[in-house]
Amino acid sequence: MTTTVDIDAALFDFALRMGDNALILGQRVGAWCGHAPALEEDIALANVALDLIGQTKMWLSLAGDIEGAGRSADDLAFLRDARAFRNALLVEQPNGDFAHTLMRQFLFDAWHWPMLVALKKSADRRVAEIAEKAEKEARYHLERSEDLVIRLGDGTEDSHDRMQRALEALYPFAGELWTPDAIDTDLAARRIAPDLGEIRDRVISYLTARLAEATLRAPADAFVRKGGKQGLHTEELGYILSDMQFLQRAYPGATW
Amino acid sequence: MASRHSSLAPPPAGEEKSRRPTPGEIWAFLEDVPDPEIPAVSVVDLGIVRDVVWEGDDLVVTVTPTYSGCPATAVIAFDIAEALRRRGIDKVRIKSQLSPAWTTDWIGEKAREKLRAYGIAPPAGGARCVGDLKNPAVECPRCGSMATEQVSRFGSTPCKASWRCRDCLEPFDYFKSF
Repeated sequence: MTTTVDIDAALFDFALRMGDNALILGQRVGAWCGHAPALEEDIALANVALDLIGQTKMWLSLAGDIEGAGRSADDLAFLRDARAFRNALLVEQPNGDFAHTLMRQFLFDAWHWPMLVALKKSADRRVAEIAEKAEKEARYHLERSEDLVIRLGDGTEDSHDRMQRALEALYPFAGELWTPDAIDTDLAARRIAPDLGEIRDRVISYLTARLAEATLRAPADAFVRKGGKQGLHTEELGYILSDMQFLQRAYPGATW
Repeated sequence: MASRHSSLAPPPAGEEKSRRPTPGEIWAFLEDVPDPEIPAVSVVDLGIVRDVVWEGDDLVVTVTPTYSGCPATAVIAFDIAEALRRRGIDKVRIKSQLSPAWTTDWIGEKAREKLRAYGIAPPAGGARCVGDLKNPAVECPRCGSMATEQVSRFGSTPCKASWRCRDCLEPFDYFKSF
């Protein structure tokens, strides 16, 4: 007698994408702790990172449940190799200067919040519940990053130039977040996730207005750099994982 | 001899001992469990405890996280189980519930007063003001002045922001509306 285990592979991947975005960005932002340009920003970055790590736990726990192979959120975070990570390339980009960190956060938040708002209506109750929780946090993050991007973009000559350089470097990576692939299309058809085309329209019109206020110009002909959602990453991810996973790799099962 | 012996034997498990606390009594026990980060208020005051119910011999306490990454969440679950164990309830299950998402609207007037007395400005307005009202009117918990300003949107814990009073010049924590 054979039993067929019917794993919802698309939903598993989707939960990994949401969780890995939060995990890798949380890990990146957390690296600022103790190094930010001002105490208030140090506290803000640490708190944003903390929210993201909390959201990671919810998404990766869900991924583990869907997979049904007994892997916990910790197993998924600490024991997968780079090719099994499903985060967008944007979040693994280096911290750079504060302008890069802030612009990366702003581009991510500009997508993350409307995405989570839409996911509150997911046909999958577990997805909807996580989105309901995370959406409030993402909204607060967006309020902060929007405010700072406008102030620094429309600030001094130096702050403007740094923000403009960060935008030009990072904008090509942002499009992956709202460019659908077969998994996104499948989940949208089943009403588990929103139509990414609708999310894209909202994000683009939001970004256009806010960036104009910040006197910043997004590159008009930006080539969309993608692949992370399918597990094809930039070199950067390997270094993040070697830092993040070292302890569990060297001392399997270590707790304290 | 035998009869004297029997009179000294402990009484059979009495009513008083075997009777398990009602959910109402358990809510009262939990009123004494302080929040680990802000001990001036209890986990009930903050609206973290959502439900208390007996399932057979198990007591199931449903809690909801304040912020998804709040490090106090694990400590709160531990403290609740520990407090109930001290009251003689050994089989406690802590169930985490995400929806409806925690909101500061669940913090009652009594708890807001406790926060104020502790030096933390309670959430201003309703939770809906996140995003719609970026600069809420926050009263200084020390001198009562409304001439206050935000120093940082974040603070010493995920639930707070850093503010200062322009009249008494004191910095203070603001429990942000969420």
